[in-house]
This record gives sequence, C-alpha cells and structure tokens, in this order.
Amino acid sequence: MAGLKQRAIGAGLAAYNWVESRLGLIKPMTAAATHPTPASNASWWYVFGSAATVLLMLQVMTGILLALVYSPSANEAWSSLNFLNHNVALGWYLRALHGWGSDFMIAIVLIHMVQVFLFGSFKFPRELTWIIGVLLLLLTLGMAFTGQVMRFDQDAYWGLGIGASLASRVPFIGASLVHLMLGGPTIGGATLSRFFTLHVFVIPGLLLAGVGVHIWMTLFHGVSEWPMPGRLVRKATYEREYQELTAKTGIPFVPDAAWKDAVFAAAIIFAVMACAFFFGPIGPGGPPDPTIIQTAPKPDFAFLWIYAVLAYLPPSIETPVILVVPVLAIAGMLLLPVLNGEGERHWARRPVAVLMVSVIAVSLGIFTRLGAYTPWSPIMGAWTSEPVPPKYLHGRTPLERQGAVVLQNKQCRNCHILDGAGGQRGPALDDVASRLTEDQIIRQILQGGGNMPAYGKALNPSETKALTQFLETLRGPNVSPAVDASRDMTEPKTGPTGH
Amino acid sequence: MSEVPVQPVVDDSGPTPEAKAAAHSRRSFLFKLSLLLNGAVGAVLAVPLVGYLLGPTTKKSSAVGSWIGLGPASQFPVGETRLVDFQSPVTSLGDGQTAKVACWVRRISAEQFQVFAINCAHLGCPVRWFSESKLFMCPCHGGAYYEDGSRASGPPERGLFEYKYKLAGDSLVIHAGEMPTLATQASCNEKPLIQIEPASTATSTRPTPWQV
Ligand code: FES
Repeated sequence: MAGLKQRAIGAGLAAYNWVESRLGLIKPMTAAATHPTPASNASWWYVFGSAATVLLMLQVMTGILLALVYSPSANEAWSSLNFLNHNVALGWYLRALHGWGSDFMIAIVLIHMVQVFLFGSFKFPRELTWIIGVLLLLLTLGMAFTGQVMRFDQDAYWGLGIGASLASRVPFIGASLVHLMLGGPTIGGATLSRFFTLHVFVIPGLLLAGVGVHIWMTLFHGVSEWPMPGRLVRKATYEREYQELTAKTGIPFVPDAAWKDAVFAAAIIFAVMACAFFFGPIGPGGPPDPTIIQTAPKPDFAFLWIYAVLAYLPPSIETPVILVVPVLAIAGMLLLPVLNGEGERHWARRPVAVLMVSVIAVSLGIFTRLGAYTPWSPIMGAWTSEPVPPKYLHGRTPLERQGAVVLQNKQCRNCHILDGAGGQRGPALDDVASRLTEDQIIRQILQGGGNMPAYGKALNPSETKALTQFLETLRGPNVSPAVDASRDMTEPKTGPTGH
Repeated sequence: MSEVPVQPVVDDSGPTPEAKAAAHSRRSFLFKLSLLLNGAVGAVLAVPLVGYLLGPTTKKSSAVGSWIGLGPASQFPVGETRLVDFQSPVTSLGDGQTAKVACWVRRISAEQFQVFAINCAHLGCPVRWFSESKLFMCPCHGGAYYEDGSRASGPPERGLFEYKYKLAGDSLVIHAGEMPTLATQASCNEKPLIQIEPASTATSTRPTPWQV
C-alpha cells in the first residue's frame, strides 16, 4: 500500500513538474499569493477590493449566460428579456443575479474607495493604483448605465433621451455627439447595438485589463499597512519602513490574511443570491414605445442622485454645471494622490478628508432619497384620483364649493397637496390662506411666479373668483386669514407711498 | 536577448565590440524605421476605421428627415391639442417600436397649427397635455409649458420644440427626422430637396402646391 501511495505522489509530482517546467506560472503565482504582508492589514477593513473583483467575475459569468438568450436588437430586446423572465428555465434568476450583482458591485466599489481614501492608502507609492481605481469606478458606472440601456424598456428609452439631451448641451459639437451616441438621428436599433457593444465588449475589456493592472500594482507595492496617527508617509523613507515592517510583522497573505477576504466575498455573493431570489429580476418595465407617454422615466438606483440634481439646477446655470462639474470632480479624484501624496495617513489627523467624505455621502444620500420619490414632479393623475376632502367643503358657501370644483378641474393638485394627497411641486394648500393674503393669492394664481405657471389664460374671472374664495377658507381652525399689514398702515395716509 | 547570434551581415568573423556596436546601431535604426512604417500603415488604417465610427456624425442635421403626413386636418378641432403618432421617416433596420414618434398637434385656427415634439426641452422626457389647466407638464423634473409651447416653469430653459408644418390640401404635414434636443432642433431649416407626398394627399381631390 505504502508503495502505491509513494508511487501516486511521485506521479503527481512528476506531472506537476512537467506542467510547471513548461508553463512557468505556478511558482511565481504561489509566491505572489503567499507574499508576506504586515500583520496589521489582515483586517476586515481590507476585504472590499477582493470582494469587488469577485463580483466582477459574477457579472462576467452571468452576463455571458444572459447573452445566450438576449437579443440585442431594438425589435426584440424587450421581448427577449420577458422571454428570459417567463419562458427560460431559471432565466429570471440569472437576470436577477446580474441586476443585483451590479448594484452590489457599485456599492462595494464605492466602499472600497472610501476605505482607501480614509486610510490614506492612496499616498506614495500607491498613487497610480488609486488613479487606475478611479478609472475602474468610472468604468463600473459606465457598465451600470449601459446595462440599464440593455434592459431596453421605457426607462431605458427615455434614459437614452436624457443622455442625448445632456450631450446636446456641449457647445459646437453637441449635435455630432448626439448622433455619435445614438448612432443616427433618433433612438433606435443602432443605439441599442452600440450600447450593447460598449456593455459587452469595450467596457468589460477595459475593466478586466484595469483590474489586472490594479491588482498587479497592489502586489508590487504590497497592501498598505494599517495607518498610525503621527506616522507620516515620506517619499524618501516610506518604502524602507514598509519593508522593515513587513520583515518584522509579516504574515503570508495566503492563507493568514486572505481567509477574511474569502469569507467576505462568499458573504457578499450569498447576499446577491438572496436578493436575487427574494426580490427577483429588475424589470423590464413598459415596452420601449415612445408613443406611450403615460410614463415617469426614472434612472437606476446608482443614478437617482444625478436625476435629482438635474431637477434642482436653475436653468441659467444648468448647462455650465453639467459640463464643468463632472470634469472638475473627476480631475480632482485623479489628481488627489499627486497633490497629496505624502504626510499623515490616519483619518483622525485628516479632518478635511473625513469632512469631505461625510458631506459627499450625506449629499448623495439625500439626493438619492429625493430622486426616489421625486417631490418636484407633478403627480399627473392626482386631480382625477384624489377628490377634495369633504372636511374642506363643510359649511362652505356655494361659491366656495364652486371654487373647490375649479381647484379639482384645473389640476391644481398635480402640484399641490391637499390633506396629504397631491403633488409636492408647490406648497401644500391646507393653510394657504394663513400664509398669503387674498391679493397675493389672486396674483399668484393669475401671474404665477416661483415654480408656478401663470393661470391667467386658463381661468375665466368667475373661476378665479370662486377659486380664490375657496382658497381663502383653507387655514387652520381658529387661524385668521393673512392680511396685508401695510394696508392698515398706509390706508389712513393718502399720499403716495413711493414704492 | 543579449546572446543574439551574429548575423552574416557583419563582415568580421569575430564579434568584436566595434562590430557589435555597428550592428547594433544599424539594427536599432532598422527598428526605428519599422516603427515609422507601422505608424504610417496605422495612420492609413485609421482613416476608414475612424470614418466608420464617426459616420453618424457626418450627416447634417438639416438634411435629416422628410415631410410626413399626420392625417386629414379635419381630425384636429380648432382650439384643441391632440396627441398624434406617426412612423419616423428616418427609421432603419430593426428599429422596432422605437421607430414610432408621437407629437402634440395644436390647432389654433383653420389655417394655423402648432406641432410640438413630445420631448421636453429640458432633458427630453415625454410631456403630457392637460387641457383643463392648459399646460404641458413633464413627469421627469417638473417642467411646465403653456398651450403655445412657451416655457411656464421648471428646469427647461426654453419652450417646447416645434415641427415645421404645412397644409397640403386637407392634410397636415410636418417635417420630422431628428430626435429634438437643444442641439438638434425639431424643425428643419431648409427646404428638403425631395418632398415626399403623404399618402393622404394623393387621394385628395384638389392637390394644392405646398404652402410654407
Ligand atoms: S426632462 Fe422635462 S423637466 Fe427635465
């Protein structure tokens, strides 16, 4: 028996030697995997990069499988997704994995970036690793946007329209950019084909190559050690210090540090699987038929904040902001390690960095939240579905009730809440009479102002009268209507007040 | 690499340092020459590749599209604004449903129309007409327009895009093609070279010349 075992081991070894003497990769790769790394970075904080890579592999795998059925033609894309959802065995689950995998990947990439930023790991000698990382983030977002187009439903169609409208704002070459993006004068088959090419060939190729370079540089410089307050990065001394630290506290990356990466990656993949199973595939929504206008297009989660920002930018500065701010933001991220490559790494000594992360995270959160429920959008059906609450009709005069009908018919509630129902584009009307005087109400209705269109042409005088009378009754109990205080003061005097 | 066998081009049999250096400078010159050669071939190759890629951008906006009939004018009552679908005149292979286009037709008087693109002038979302409040409203960021298409409120910086229209006999005809954006406006600026007569005018009893 022992002889057999010996012989088996011997044969295995011989086979290994045969392969390795020809391949020449196993030894260097084993050496790379087991390279010593400072014990301080075998931490749960250092697991996000590898998790993002594993998610990328998941996306590649599920993407290839989806491509077996998906038809990248404007004619058939939408139906082929429904076919995947309903007719192909487990097609729905593959779509769900790919969709949720994408959301998770964006989240993990962002967390990885924040961790690297707060730990100061982008400083010397890892500047280029950070720069490549920024490009990888942009490519990931590019995958998310082009992936949303692959879903080729209503949201994808109008999302392309938004993209084209943004591109059209570039001076001089706007029209050419629109045509380049759409592949023609309108959104159509050519548009889907080029986004398919981007989503399936161009961006994944760049992404995989970039990840390769990113990981190579991580191996080349070693994983950054846990930052210590007061331990400064200096170009002259850092590399020697890092080597000394590694020599003193080094543990082999595989297996002593890598088990945490592996556990976290498994947890993340399991989370994607669970989300995919319980929440199912994302879309497709309505068919990409531009004549179906009963739709409120919305981008995917990762872009909701942009959608919200675009709603709040005043028209006068919108184009410059759209064109300049992204360039500055990306340039800032790329230049960060070049301008700030030395010095303190620990977050406790970098208050500006912490403040920046907090402000950006909170703003992104707020805008995403706003983008999710779009308070600026008129609620297109509010006037038909939400009658004027009866409590606002009790004890009202016929004229005032007539005004309530006008309010209903003129779709005021598309933008104004009454008793909790209606749009939030304009202010709630429940207590409008205690905020505005009668004159102000009339002026606001007829001439508009702020965000409100003028209704002078849409209302005849009797409708205006009735509407004003009704609005005058809208104030809290025991609250008197707003009056123009200056009227009392000016009325006794007769001379012109001079304004 | 350092053990390159001596090539027969070297006269001397022995690889003296001088001979190596001479051969090296000759080879490195040849290598530079080959780089130049590849640069030239690459540049020539780039012309068709880049030309293919940029193909869609070379068409002039004003040359895109053609006249297309929206049906008899009688289906648009004076004073009303209606949604009309038509098939885009610039469709190409496999456009499917996306070849359809919708527009809002407002009839001001017997002879006067306004034909609006449904694409919001802000970022292109489909605007909806509300006849009671006489407003077009946009579901995306809350842009609003008056019945004549002018900006009422919200993020749009201008009014709705308008298609150029004519009455051909009894039929309303518009010029369509581009997806309207700030850079590619809906209406064409020049008269198209070929005017495609809509089917409905062919059957009309008195074919009148195009009125601009
Ligand atoms: S697209 Fe209409 S308001 Fe933004």
